[in-house]
Amino acid sequence: MEQLISNITIAIVLFPLLGALVAGLLGKKMGCTWSHRATIFYVFISFVLSLYLAKLVFIEHIPTFNLVVYHWGISGGVGFDVGFLIDQLSVLMLLVVTFVSLLVHIYSIGYMQGDPGYQRFFSYVSFFTFAMLALVTANNFLQLFFGWEGVGVASYLLIGFWFNKDSATAGSLKAFIVNRVGDFGFLLGIAAILATYHSIDYSAVFAQVDTTLSQTITVIPQHPWSVITLISLLLFVGAMGKSAQIPLHVWLPESMEGPTPISALIHAATMVTAGIYMIARMSPLYQHSPTALSVILVIGASGALFTGLIAIVQNDIKRVIAYSTLSQLGYMVAALGASAYTAAIFHLSTHACFKALLFLGAGSVILACHHEQDMRKMGGLWKLMPITYLTYLLGSLALCALPPFSGFFSKDAIIDAVHQTTIPGAHYAYFCVLTGSFVTAFYTFRSLFMTFHQTPRYDTAHLHPHESPWVVWLPLVLLAIPSVLLGAWLVKPLLFDTPPLLAQSVVPHLMESPQTAWSLMEESIHSPAFWLVISGIFSAWLCYIAFPALPKFFVRVLSLPYFILIKKYGFDDFNRVVFVDGSKSLAQSFSHTGDQVVIDNFFVNGSGRAVVFLAKLGRKLQSGLIYHYSLLMAIGLIAFLILILWPLKG
Amino acid sequence: MLEHSLLSTLIWFPILAGVAVLAFTGDKHPRTSKILALASSVITLILCSVLYHRFDMNTALMQFQENYTWIPAYAIRYTLGVDGISMPMIVLTCYINFLVLLASWHSIKQKISQYLAAFLIMQGVIVGVFAALDAMLFYVFWESMLIPMYLCIGMWGSNNRFYASIKFFLYTFFGSALMLVALIYLGFQAHSFSILDFYSVKLAILPQLLIFFAFLLAFAVKVPMFPVHTWLPDAHTEAPAGGSAVLAAIMLKIGAYGFLRFSLPIVPDACRHLDWLMITLSLFAVIYIGFVAIVQKDMKRLIAYSSIAHMGFVTLGCFAIYRIVQNTGSLTHAYMSIEGALVQMISHGFTSAAMFFGVGVLYHQLHTRLIRDYGGVANKMPIFAALFMVFAMGNVGLPGTSGFVGEFMVVLSVFQASPWISLLATSTVVLSAAYTLWMYKRVFYGKIINEKVNTLIDLDAWDKLVFVLLALTILLLGVYPQPLLNIFHPTVEHLLSLSMQSKL
Repeated sequence: MEQLISNITIAIVLFPLLGALVAGLLGKKMGCTWSHRATIFYVFISFVLSLYLAKLVFIEHIPTFNLVVYHWGISGGVGFDVGFLIDQLSVLMLLVVTFVSLLVHIYSIGYMQGDPGYQRFFSYVSFFTFAMLALVTANNFLQLFFGWEGVGVASYLLIGFWFNKDSATAGSLKAFIVNRVGDFGFLLGIAAILATYHSIDYSAVFAQVDTTLSQTITVIPQHPWSVITLISLLLFVGAMGKSAQIPLHVWLPESMEGPTPISALIHAATMVTAGIYMIARMSPLYQHSPTALSVILVIGASGALFTGLIAIVQNDIKRVIAYSTLSQLGYMVAALGASAYTAAIFHLSTHACFKALLFLGAGSVILACHHEQDMRKMGGLWKLMPITYLTYLLGSLALCALPPFSGFFSKDAIIDAVHQTTIPGAHYAYFCVLTGSFVTAFYTFRSLFMTFHQTPRYDTAHLHPHESPWVVWLPLVLLAIPSVLLGAWLVKPLLFDTPPLLAQSVVPHLMESPQTAWSLMEESIHSPAFWLVISGIFSAWLCYIAFPALPKFFVRVLSLPYFILIKKYGFDDFNRVVFVDGSKSLAQSFSHTGDQVVIDNFFVNGSGRAVVFLAKLGRKLQSGLIYHYSLLMAIGLIAFLILILWPLKG
Repeated sequence: MLEHSLLSTLIWFPILAGVAVLAFTGDKHPRTSKILALASSVITLILCSVLYHRFDMNTALMQFQENYTWIPAYAIRYTLGVDGISMPMIVLTCYINFLVLLASWHSIKQKISQYLAAFLIMQGVIVGVFAALDAMLFYVFWESMLIPMYLCIGMWGSNNRFYASIKFFLYTFFGSALMLVALIYLGFQAHSFSILDFYSVKLAILPQLLIFFAFLLAFAVKVPMFPVHTWLPDAHTEAPAGGSAVLAAIMLKIGAYGFLRFSLPIVPDACRHLDWLMITLSLFAVIYIGFVAIVQKDMKRLIAYSSIAHMGFVTLGCFAIYRIVQNTGSLTHAYMSIEGALVQMISHGFTSAAMFFGVGVLYHQLHTRLIRDYGGVANKMPIFAALFMVFAMGNVGLPGTSGFVGEFMVVLSVFQASPWISLLATSTVVLSAAYTLWMYKRVFYGKIINEKVNTLIDLDAWDKLVFVLLALTILLLGVYPQPLLNIFHPTVEHLLSLSMQSKL
């Protein structure tokens, strides 16, 4: 059995890598068709094997499986391993990742058709899948970090996939560097873990957590900090980078320059949730640091509201969804801050389905409009693309968290948890997540109305949008099903069963009374969140269907808030001026003043010049004139005499 | 028999082969000299594999020892031997030289046999530096190493080569003069010039400090450490690709090797006293130089600065051990610090050589190293762009590449010395990404603006071989560094016990 599970896990992780290598190295020889067949085949096997593992873990209830594949390195008695941890959480993540990845692979056949980098694209996507799988199955921080950086590179390569486009390569560079700022903290967090627990294996760390509850570390003299809080915050900095939390969220909107399937897979469903996954995985640690949880709660809730607001003023269909992703990630992080780790993972799973659906649906629209992404040049598409429209509608309803769609159950759990929590910042967070529901509903339906309803604003003479081919709409349909059903199906086992579904891997949070999907829906009628969603949708209808002049009016009346939102609160400008330009001029002054003027010109060449100067002086003495020499002799003699006779005097 | 002459063979065989290659001067038989040079390089590689396989990884003792009388009047002997630190360096030297010879198959057009001979001789001499166990023998190899490199820059370099070669020579020569004084002083104290005998000499703190500074000057220039680093960008820019590769991959390591072989075990108390100085200078290398690298306009200068920043991790790992041991009370994390530094030395050998070869390929075709003259290269050279991405990621220190291993180990262990040092050192994850990938973006991505870029041709078979070998090595070391660490363990243990023992 052990052998079987270990072989299966290794196969799940390595098959996509194999696909990436095949498509990447042999792609040119095999041609497009065989490249996508190969990669899809390997990801499909990973998906099927993940299903099998899910059966073992969820139905046959095998115990947590911890496997060391090989010793990566041993130094000074500390072992760094490559190994896998198979438990409920990692299997759930395996399912999410392989499922969405498989559909995105299939979808890309249609979306990337005719692209000169077709094989390269499939190779990158499979490589991404490999890295993501390595991340979620890791049993130690080294491998976690490997996957963490691996998905980062895949994201970098895919955002910059169309490398002739300057906006794409700039976006990819920005994404990588901002993520690295997060990794800065993450790496230090790992160092702090090693320093505290003398191991970086999850199991060893969790086993010792209780012994370090009161341990402190002195970073600033006379200010001992709780070591668990320090570790938690440092790791959270890493999560802020990868899961795009304020203020490290700036890279995510720019990542939309990549092909749309990538936005669905990497920048909505999987990679950006790595930070959520990591903190949920570390819940035994975070559980003991209210300070860290408070910080997480406030940052997450702020993101949930304020990045959602930006989505309202965006006109690029992908950017709307991107800001919506930021907002939803904020919800997940807020859930983590409220210690509702399971709710965060729940929302992660449902969000993966409906957000991937929305992105792929947007991609289908973009294809139909010949790579036009501006919603102001769309409209009235619902009749022409019925499948895309219907699935997009279902995804939107799920995103708005309207019962009985899946987003309702997960988001309701989050709002509830934030309401319950009492740590500092809870009131503010509750306000944010609640207001956020209205905002979410508004921008979602705004984009739906602008794209599919209203009168067509595209060039009807030259552009004839039509439904996309089956490779494109099939994934939409397959994602629409869980977008509708997953929430109702999972809510009871995840949150209200005893023990809850993820109890092995995540610290469960306590629910007051056992509920069912049905009773939750009944209750929701009395909740403020439900009515906020309804009013959000209604407002969007008012502004974009009933009275299309309203938005212009609001822009005029609310010009200052509008300006702030258009400027995205100034994060980008601030970063550009302070960090980009600032470090460039700092670097310039180091390079010019420090290296060239002071060191090279003054010291190095200066000593060269000094030697030449002294030599010239010396040369002057050697004038060849006898009276010069005799004068010097006389001076020398007197000097020596004084030197010798002077001590005798006293 | 082989056991007792293997090191000598590794030193003198390439030197003799170099002399033999010189017989084909005049470029009349370029092919013959190339084949001869490559063949001798392959033979040294085979000898290296023998060295590796017969190397006993369970002892810190010097192995493959050779010991002959040389100048009996001054007790100077011809002693050779390797331990777990010098053996990998010797293999690295032979491997990089093999790649240099392979890469020069097409790129060097004039005075081919002299070029090949210079590299073969350089290889032998550098192996001599790593294998010498007699201080005077070490010094002879140390200084003679400069000559072929000086010629290499001066003869095959680009426009400003005379300035660069003189600067290189004077800078490095200046550093080592005081080292000679220190070695002679130690020789009189120990009544022998054997480096191993130096380890047991008792020294008061004042002579220790003086010796420390004498060594520091010599080794810091070689590494190079801030602020004596400015010869390196010039030397790299002007040197031919092969010269840059050897310079970055091997010669810089000799400075760090000096710290490990001489400073730490011979003057441990001075090192303990002045570790703050070394840590500060290392952090300067990481941060200050990292910033300087960002704004370089010349690709080779940029990589040169990135080399200095990466070597900062080596010196940091070497000298953080005192604080780590002081804070933790055990040697555990100090091991990781030194071994991290050692891995970083080996890894940097591959990534820097790879990047310099890469720039060499571009320079060979367009005769410019300026970043702004490129752009859109990935359109014309997709294979080259893909391989260069692997090297860039190695330089950035991505997990899964060799560049990660050393930095990771140093950062993790230095945290024990002080979280602040670790924090400052970790800034490299942002800085290295910024300078490396920004350069990559401007050179490889974007539309083709410069017409000449359109004329670029992708890698030929020889270059492909070189780059694939380098890429595989970088990935292999990143995925499985354990075999390399295994070589270090006993030697590092021995080194740590020497460096922690007071000599007062």
